[in-house]
Amino acid sequence: MTKSLFYSIIFHAMMIVLTALSLPFMTRDPISLPPIVSVELIQITDKTNIPFAPKARKIIDKVKKEEKRVVSEQAPPSAKAKEKPDRIPLPDEKKEKKEIIKKKQNPEEIKPQIRQSSEFEKEELINTNEIAALIDKAKEERALKEIENKKLTQSNVKNSFATGLSLSEEDALRAQIFGCWSVPLGLPYDKDLLVRLKLELKKDGTILKSEIIDHQRMNMPGQKFYKILAESALRAVRLCQPLKVPPTGYEKWKNIQLNFDPTEMLKG
Amino acid sequence: MKKIIILLFTFFVVSSHANALIKVDITRGNLDPLPIAVSPLHVEKTSENLENLDIKKLGINISSIIEKNFKSTGLFNPLKREAFVQKPDIAHLKPRFEDWRLIKAQALVTGKLSVKNNKLKVEFRLWDLTASKEMIALSFTTTPTNWRRVAHIISDKIYERLTGEEGYFDTRIIYVAESGPKNQRVKKLAIMDQDGAKTKYLTLGNELVLTPRFNPSNQMVTYLSYFRNLPRVYLLDIETGKQEVVGNFPGMTFAPRFSPDGKKIIMSFAKDGNSDIFTMDLETRKVERITEHSSIDTSPSYSPDGKYICFNSDRSGLQQIYVMKSDGSNVKRITFGNGIYGTPVWSPRGDLIAFTKVRKGKFYIGVMRSDGTGERLLTENFYQEAPSWSPNGRVLVFYRETKSGAQGKGFSAKLWSIDITGYNERKIKTETDASDPSWSSLLSK
Repeated sequence: MTKSLFYSIIFHAMMIVLTALSLPFMTRDPISLPPIVSVELIQITDKTNIPFAPKARKIIDKVKKEEKRVVSEQAPPSAKAKEKPDRIPLPDEKKEKKEIIKKKQNPEEIKPQIRQSSEFEKEELINTNEIAALIDKAKEERALKEIENKKLTQSNVKNSFATGLSLSEEDALRAQIFGCWSVPLGLPYDKDLLVRLKLELKKDGTILKSEIIDHQRMNMPGQKFYKILAESALRAVRLCQPLKVPPTGYEKWKNIQLNFDPTEMLKG
Repeated sequence: MKKIIILLFTFFVVSSHANALIKVDITRGNLDPLPIAVSPLHVEKTSENLENLDIKKLGINISSIIEKNFKSTGLFNPLKREAFVQKPDIAHLKPRFEDWRLIKAQALVTGKLSVKNNKLKVEFRLWDLTASKEMIALSFTTTPTNWRRVAHIISDKIYERLTGEEGYFDTRIIYVAESGPKNQRVKKLAIMDQDGAKTKYLTLGNELVLTPRFNPSNQMVTYLSYFRNLPRVYLLDIETGKQEVVGNFPGMTFAPRFSPDGKKIIMSFAKDGNSDIFTMDLETRKVERITEHSSIDTSPSYSPDGKYICFNSDRSGLQQIYVMKSDGSNVKRITFGNGIYGTPVWSPRGDLIAFTKVRKGKFYIGVMRSDGTGERLLTENFYQEAPSWSPNGRVLVFYRETKSGAQGKGFSAKLWSIDITGYNERKIKTETDASDPSWSSLLSK
């Protein structure tokens, strides 16, 4: 009896020791997968509609010429070609440029103008870099937030295939209306408030006809928030006139529907 | 047959493609306040002159109050009067929309007033400048001395038309006016318009007063004062000035509040170190016990439908917020966050509960849903508490105290308001130091 009890205790103790030793090895670290980033299929216009600024055009032409030269002559690129196009010019370089201009033109007339423009340019260059950095950061954050919330709208994809309006064209229009739409902040954030506005446009982007698709809802009792939102949407498009529409393909965007959804804004 | 099917198929595909409407989702806009122009009200030349009122300036005075009200909301941007092109008398008849659009206004308020037979008649119109059409037009008649209220009522109507929510300008705030050094504060009951004008003191300051609360019907106020050296709940009729002690309780009663219909008072009654929640019917004077627990249950507040009560209790150790049915059944704890929660107040909309939270020595005013989820802390400070809702459930008023130096120097208590979005924090001007505010419902309802 005592023997069997003794063996039992020993075997149990062995089992406990074995379990204690082996179990930690059995646990596996959770697999850390990178977040899934959705890929959007978008149609982008072959050529950008935004005309190049004269300065930018010159820089692009210059870069192109230099590239050609490097290929044809097989020579090592010169010091100037190595420079980044958006590099901030050093104050010394600016002085040199000024001197050149002075020599060419009447110094008395040009002097104040040059000084003004150079200071302005200097400031502008610094600011644009800073702003660009901020914008990039903001974009990253926004993108991450959108992935997190799983709220990526699919309208871009839909439109590009269904209607042929490119992303850049649609973005330009959207950005314009963002600026004109004063979201009524008193609206409740937990109600279904989506205003669908149908527009008939002229070729220059001005509005020929505007219609709230669910207009009968506006005069229903208990729908005053919907009415307020619909009115704000109408105000936005009227304020934005003429809308930024593509120069071509009038038949495609002659009729357009705008869906105003303030939920994201109201939730803060 | 095959050909026909193919033809039909291609026809459907092509036709559906041709009719596809471009749809653009607009999910963002600007948060800038709406630019609004308030043209001074035109005073009719036939108006009578009154001894104690400058009628000629009344038009400008009324529009100034409307502008101030709008600015205080943070939702509107009243444009400067100097930029106005059109004169008030013509603007009221038919505004030249182009002129107003030129100064970037999106809405315009015009109006006129006249005094005849000692009666003030005010008309106003609200215009949508982008659509070039009238949005609302109303007329009011009252005694000339009541002109401030007319300005507040007009503000309410315009606010409601533009935001969809009821306004909160034609309201009053009752509070405890404080004066003197910190250890010898004189506390009086005071009442004023929501914009800080027309302050009136209701008590003399002989007795300490605390926690005044409005009856939703506006005629009565309940508050805490001392009766035979015991804190007791009082009732006061603002119109008649009549005061009375509520109920014949053998101990102290405190933290009173009216039920949404104004027929009951809910309060705490403390005896032998334990406090529970009781109600008293104001008509029958019947007292009813709501909670029975060995812990301290206090600060009760009804939901707007009167079916539920929120209160704070230390039954779980630290003071937390609980919700129960109005008969005291089904008690449920709703706050589980770090810190102490107190002074819960149910929003008049019914969706949110405002509260004070103390954590790591800091005081926060916050809101959460009535089930305890979605907690949002709106403002943090050294000491602040006692939030009270505006009648439309959009704004909270509370009081904030500053740190006092040696011998109570540098101490002050002021009223502040904040939007439930956490924006637009503003100090409310009061004649003296102020604490424990309570916002009335709309007077013109």
